[in-house]
Amino acid sequence: MTTTTCGPSSTAATGSAPAVTGSAPAVTGSAPVAPPGTRERTQRRVRDGLGTSADRPDGTPKVTGAFAFSSDLHDQRMLWGRTLRSPHAHARIVSIDTSAAAAMPGVVAVLLAEDVPGKATFGLEHTDQPVLARDVVRYEGEAVAIVAAEHPETALRAIRAIEVTYEPLPLLTDPAEAATTDPIHPDGNVFRTLPLRHGDVDATGDVVVEGTYEVGMQDQAFLGPESALALPSDDGGVELFISTQWLHVDRDQVAACLALPADQVHLTLGGVGGAFGAREDVSLQVHVCLLALATGRPVKMLYSRAESFLGHVHRHPARMRYRHHARRDGTLVKVEAEILLDGGAYASSSTAVLANAVCFAAGPYRVEAARIDGQVVRTNNPPCGAMRGFGVVQVCFAHEAQMDRLAAALDMDPVELRLHNALKPGDAIITGQRLTGTAPVREVIEAAMAHPLPPDPREDEPAIALPGGAGLTARREDVRRGTGIAVSIKNLMYSEGFDDYSTARVRLETSPDGEPFATVHSACAEVGQGFVTLAQQITRTALGIERVVLHAADTGVGSAGSTSASRQTWMSGGAVQLACDTVHHGLLERARGVLGVPDEPLVLEPGRVVDPATGAEVAIAQLLRAGPLEATEEHHHAPTSTLDADGQGDAHVSFAFAAHRATVDVDPDLGLVRVLQIATGQDVGRALNPRAVIGQIEGGIAQGVGLAVMEEILVEDGLVRNPSFTDYLIPTALDMPSVAATLIEQPEPGAPFGAKGVGEPPTISSTPAVVAAIRDATGKALTRVPVRAQDIAFGEAGAIPPTAGSTSAG
Amino acid sequence: MPIARPTSLDDAVAVLADDPAADVLAGGTDAMVEISFDHRRPRHVLALRRIDELRQVTTTSLGVRIGAMVTYGQIERDHATLLPGLAMASRTVGSPQIRNAGTIGGNLGTASPAGDALPWLLAMDAEVELASVRGTRRLPVAAFVTGPKRTARADDELIVAVHVPAMEGPQHTAKLGPRNAMVISVACTAVVLDTAARQVRIGMGAVGPTPLRAPDAEAAAAEAIDWDALRADGTAIAAFGQACAAAASPIDDHRSTAEYRRHAVGVLASRSLTRCLAA
Repeated sequence: MTTTTCGPSSTAATGSAPAVTGSAPAVTGSAPVAPPGTRERTQRRVRDGLGTSADRPDGTPKVTGAFAFSSDLHDQRMLWGRTLRSPHAHARIVSIDTSAAAAMPGVVAVLLAEDVPGKATFGLEHTDQPVLARDVVRYEGEAVAIVAAEHPETALRAIRAIEVTYEPLPLLTDPAEAATTDPIHPDGNVFRTLPLRHGDVDATGDVVVEGTYEVGMQDQAFLGPESALALPSDDGGVELFISTQWLHVDRDQVAACLALPADQVHLTLGGVGGAFGAREDVSLQVHVCLLALATGRPVKMLYSRAESFLGHVHRHPARMRYRHHARRDGTLVKVEAEILLDGGAYASSSTAVLANAVCFAAGPYRVEAARIDGQVVRTNNPPCGAMRGFGVVQVCFAHEAQMDRLAAALDMDPVELRLHNALKPGDAIITGQRLTGTAPVREVIEAAMAHPLPPDPREDEPAIALPGGAGLTARREDVRRGTGIAVSIKNLMYSEGFDDYSTARVRLETSPDGEPFATVHSACAEVGQGFVTLAQQITRTALGIERVVLHAADTGVGSAGSTSASRQTWMSGGAVQLACDTVHHGLLERARGVLGVPDEPLVLEPGRVVDPATGAEVAIAQLLRAGPLEATEEHHHAPTSTLDADGQGDAHVSFAFAAHRATVDVDPDLGLVRVLQIATGQDVGRALNPRAVIGQIEGGIAQGVGLAVMEEILVEDGLVRNPSFTDYLIPTALDMPSVAATLIEQPEPGAPFGAKGVGEPPTISSTPAVVAAIRDATGKALTRVPVRAQDIAFGEAGAIPPTAGSTSAG
Repeated sequence: MPIARPTSLDDAVAVLADDPAADVLAGGTDAMVEISFDHRRPRHVLALRRIDELRQVTTTSLGVRIGAMVTYGQIERDHATLLPGLAMASRTVGSPQIRNAGTIGGNLGTASPAGDALPWLLAMDAEVELASVRGTRRLPVAAFVTGPKRTARADDELIVAVHVPAMEGPQHTAKLGPRNAMVISVACTAVVLDTAARQVRIGMGAVGPTPLRAPDAEAAAAEAIDWDALRADGTAIAAFGQACAAAASPIDDHRSTAEYRRHAVGVLASRSLTRCLAA
């Protein structure tokens, strides 16, 4: 167990949280994890191996400003690309006249839909989005034309010189009307309908609570805007440097649209300034390559902030109606839910997002029966797709509000109610899938609750620490404090039968100075999560060497899958481990020859291989005189199955759990909030780099707090009202709570090193915890996030006590 | 694009006399945003940074003269005792970097309804000093700001300073937005108690096309305050808030609603008055 506190006004005592240990073999976060092939012998440890808080290789350059992000890419001969976007949310393109733009000095190419040589559309799951719109535009910001020019300003003037005549079409902006409105796309308006029926769906409980909930459109708000450099290659193909989450799926989409074989499209990862799901879809990838091939010159594209908000997918807004049935003792009998997600104009990953929303609609609780109906639809709103938490964020906000309502109806402590129903190993979730791995739900709740609450208000605290912050709007007597809890379950890796394998190549050799070093080649996109650190740690521990070089992530090696779904530690970490294992075995094989002990079990120690029977040893460097050792391995997770017609099936690989307890100060009159502290317990399997895990927890909480109290893309008649960081607000240091975190370490069977993914859970239940705390402070119902000041100041009171056996609408 | 970088006020007004359409660049915290968003494409820029005489804060028996290029950072660090309400307002502006760049003169020149320094300047009956080759003139802030982002500045005039009358008495500035820092005002109040004249004055920001006063609320509050004890009863303080809310004319936009802004400005007015009385 590792307990940490951090944050601007950290007050929780780090050492005082009670120990929470799992049922699995006791481990501590600071103990290095044993390398593969370890024998029962005291190991000398390699520096900065697994289990240590090794430094990020890109940490210092990022802090000092030396790190090259993809927006810094440059080529002396490069042109600048720019995109003309639709100002309408739905319109027919009557005509496009590019003659004036093409005639401008310095303009080298102007391309339209008809200039796309290959497949006209792209998409992650369904290729329904045009590379460039031909007849119709379906959302504000849809790409219509692209230009390349000698100077970015010329490119801007050129797109303004393109004359497009639009004929506005009727808008479909209400997702509730999508299924019954005329299709706005040949593929129809419903991306997916997913019913789930579990157990006795006609069962009823002694106590029933009902509520309707809404989640607004959150943006990933990464800081590094979309940017790329494409260069035509000698073989008629293209080389693309790009910040993305998944190089190979980009490559395949680019190749298809360019009508090129995949081996003529080579991608290398540029420096990524954050992703959070927004770089999983194609944005400028096809455009910049098209321009490079059309002009025969390198082309750079770099979105402005406003363009970035229009140019990537967002989190699905959700409308959810819930009904929970429970017995008098609090046992959950049945959860009913109707979930409607607004997918916007194109499919992106909508179908998978819906599956998550439906599968985890009941949360981390044992429920005898469930009746869930989910649907995700097409509208003329901005397209929505992947974002940290991926469908689970939305339902967690609803099911946790429901649990609080149920606790109130039962006159039961909300924590007690959750503990009473908490999933444990061997239980089934509502898809019928049994939890065969670790499921420390009780432990994460108890760990979150065990942290000391923030200190009581003091007279002498600075006014800037109160809700309203720097604005000095509140006095202490205007403020009320509240506390709330929320718990979440999240699937790790891809689901529903998808084999999201990863590949890694590890090469061990000696450098000119005679020291051995390893090179790790993986296409895993480092987007800030820390895989670059982890790949080095795994290799150091597995091969007993300190020097580990990372080959640039590119398509010169097999796919690593996407940096999403909390999957890269498990998937690509596992691939690096497998490749290291093979190299490790090769080393031992050579050592047996050198030491003349063909049958002895040898042990790899830092820098050498040892025969424990005789104490004889040989240096790794010496073993490499025969040449380098290299291995390329693929890592596949255990297979999953699809969901059947009732939404039943073993569709998921593994699950991670987290609990968050939020403490907030609220100014009820003005509706302003200051989140003081988030205490959390998180199920991490094993913390392979405790500092990196804490970093994920803090960052995830910042994003969860953001959704709770401020982050929303405002869309009116299909048009985005706030495409800027002036008006799309994300938390500042004055909005960020202190974080007290306990890592629950129960190694997950089947996971490399026992480690679970840790990136998403902190975002998921932090949001409902904050809102529960605001409800606690104000008594307001607050059924929508983000909670706005006017929702608190003018909102309906919330605690509607339901009567036994009846339904109370909220 | 020519950029004039004069080192004296005389040279600066000469530039504007030659080209009244030149864009005046003070701290750049508004101008650069407009240029980034392509809302403004300057052809000719008059940059004021090298004019030292615009950076001075000077005191006289009549009050304080704040040079147009004085930054929020200077006010909050160096002049918080002299100008307490303005220092509070300055601390609400953007980030420390923005406060080191943004200027009081720039805030006046932009004349945004949400300008953070404006409610306090309005409450203080401050006067804007304008200069051109034709001479200088002074306008009360209320007359200077004529509408949202509109002022009485002639094209060839430069804002050179703002004059704040000497005044005894407590002040409080409060600014409200949907984030605890670095946020555009949704409602703002600056309340000053002129204990010598026994007047209450309020400037309200972001609740009308220009910063607003609330004369009826001010008069009623002045009447209700026990000036010797510097006290007022709760009813009078609540009534002040309600009267200020009634005097506001807010709008619905993507940042908030008119209803909430009106409510919030009333709450802020009451609280600011309470703080002044308790000070």
